[in-house]
Amino acid sequence: MTRTQWIRRVGKPLVFLTALAPTGWIIWEGVTDNLTANPIQELEHQTGLWLLRFLCITLAVTPLRRLTGWNDLIRFRRMLGLFAFYYGCLHFLTYFCLDQFFNLRAIMADIVKRPYITVGFTGFVLMIPLAVTSTAAMIRRLGGRRWQLLHRLIYVSAVAGVIHYWWSVKADIRSPERYAIAVAVLLGFRLLYAAVKSRQRLRPAPAAALRPPFARFSAIERDGSPD
Amino acid sequence: MLIKRAPDLKWSEVTDKALYLRRREFLQATAGLALAAAGAATAGCSTLEADDGPHGLPKLSFKMGPYGTTEKQTPYKDVTTYNNFYEFGTSKSDPAENAGSLKPHPWTVTVDGECARKGHFSYEELVKPYPLEERIYRMRCVEAWSMVIPWIGFPLASLVKQCEPTAKAKYVKFTTLFNPAEMPGQRVGVLPWPYVEGLRMDEATNPLTILAVGLYGEALPNQDGAPIRLVTPWKYGFKGIKSIVKIEFVEKQPMNTWQIAEPNAYGFYANVNPNVPHPRWSQATERRIGEFFRRPTLMFNGYGDQVAYMYKGMDLKKYY
Repeated sequence: MTRTQWIRRVGKPLVFLTALAPTGWIIWEGVTDNLTANPIQELEHQTGLWLLRFLCITLAVTPLRRLTGWNDLIRFRRMLGLFAFYYGCLHFLTYFCLDQFFNLRAIMADIVKRPYITVGFTGFVLMIPLAVTSTAAMIRRLGGRRWQLLHRLIYVSAVAGVIHYWWSVKADIRSPERYAIAVAVLLGFRLLYAAVKSRQRLRPAPAAALRPPFARFSAIERDGSPD
Repeated sequence: MLIKRAPDLKWSEVTDKALYLRRREFLQATAGLALAAAGAATAGCSTLEADDGPHGLPKLSFKMGPYGTTEKQTPYKDVTTYNNFYEFGTSKSDPAENAGSLKPHPWTVTVDGECARKGHFSYEELVKPYPLEERIYRMRCVEAWSMVIPWIGFPLASLVKQCEPTAKAKYVKFTTLFNPAEMPGQRVGVLPWPYVEGLRMDEATNPLTILAVGLYGEALPNQDGAPIRLVTPWKYGFKGIKSIVKIEFVEKQPMNTWQIAEPNAYGFYANVNPNVPHPRWSQATERRIGEFFRRPTLMFNGYGDQVAYMYKGMDLKKYY
């Protein structure tokens, strides 16, 4: 099996099933009556946490790739991002269908009046164009550069998700704090990387001086392929 | 001449230092057992009956009290596994999981402040004078979920009367036990410890206000505030301070813990009010545990007839 075949036939199905496992776990907890005495709220909580986790995992792909040089990681990014969107949909649908039971008036009032819902809803809505433009055809239509620019919206969604979580808890901010740190580190890495790269561009060094891990990405960067 | 003696004590036989330092706990535990045995021997004098109820806690003798609701009661399992008691952790399953370390017997409550009858009272001394009654109350959490709980307790008014508060006593202040060894949540500074709550004198003596010592006919489980806690059904749940060790009569309005933690979200009064939202969420509806649909939240949690008069002329948007 070639490397590409291996990724397609083994790697991707494996990641797919792993990413789906939390859904199975939540369903199992539900049918065995283990979603606390307040299952709807627990469902909101669990799907929200998995959304944040998948946002972080997706945002970790590029830094990991740059630090380890393991470029095949990029091939899993779309799937991971789509799973973040999938858990976002479950999270929103739990709120919309179960918690508020399609009460549009209450939902609109929440979105307008409750800052944490405003922020969370914004973060979720911003993920929709990313999911829609995740196909290879859409990437071609948009062009790599524009596509990449659009998909930076995930940064906004991640920050919005953390704020949403932070504002929804009472007193104990330890858990939202952990996600805030994770997102800050993942976004901070990108700033740092951009700074390092722009310095390299200003002072063009001989090719030999460009040492890994940063050297080997230049080619992929221009390539712009998301998968 | 140096005489070499074989040591008659091996290191393996020396009591572990950590254990040695906790020797008082052993003594206390032993004394507690002896007391419990003595207590069981004099059954009938105590409000605790000798045999345990279906949930493994001492059965209580009580009569039916007033103001009870006929709404469906929240199952015992939910009342005892889903609640907030940050002294044992901040998740709603934490209290049931971690409250085993609390030792509610023996227990001492200190009565202090602007009153004639001050002192330290054992739980038994404090509770004995008052016949226990069952009060089936709605409980509305500030997080917009609610329950119906059959509490066993007695009116706080009876205790207040017996303490003979002076004219200076305008408020009653309650304090929870502070003991991080028994309350692991107190090792983390999520709230300023110990937990403090307060009531205005008329609220404290309102016939709805009780000190609860049990639920579902049995003694309070640790996670629900054993051995004695406050219940004020027209206020948000956090006013119902648990595991009380101190009751003080004071002249000035005390700062309650949640008000210290987030003053723009939690006030002193904390009356259930669907028209005054929490700054971050609406209080207009609630989810009754066990029900699918949200239900509208009632003013004063439906106890307006008993309590509304106390707040006449007050701007409840300001005094939330």
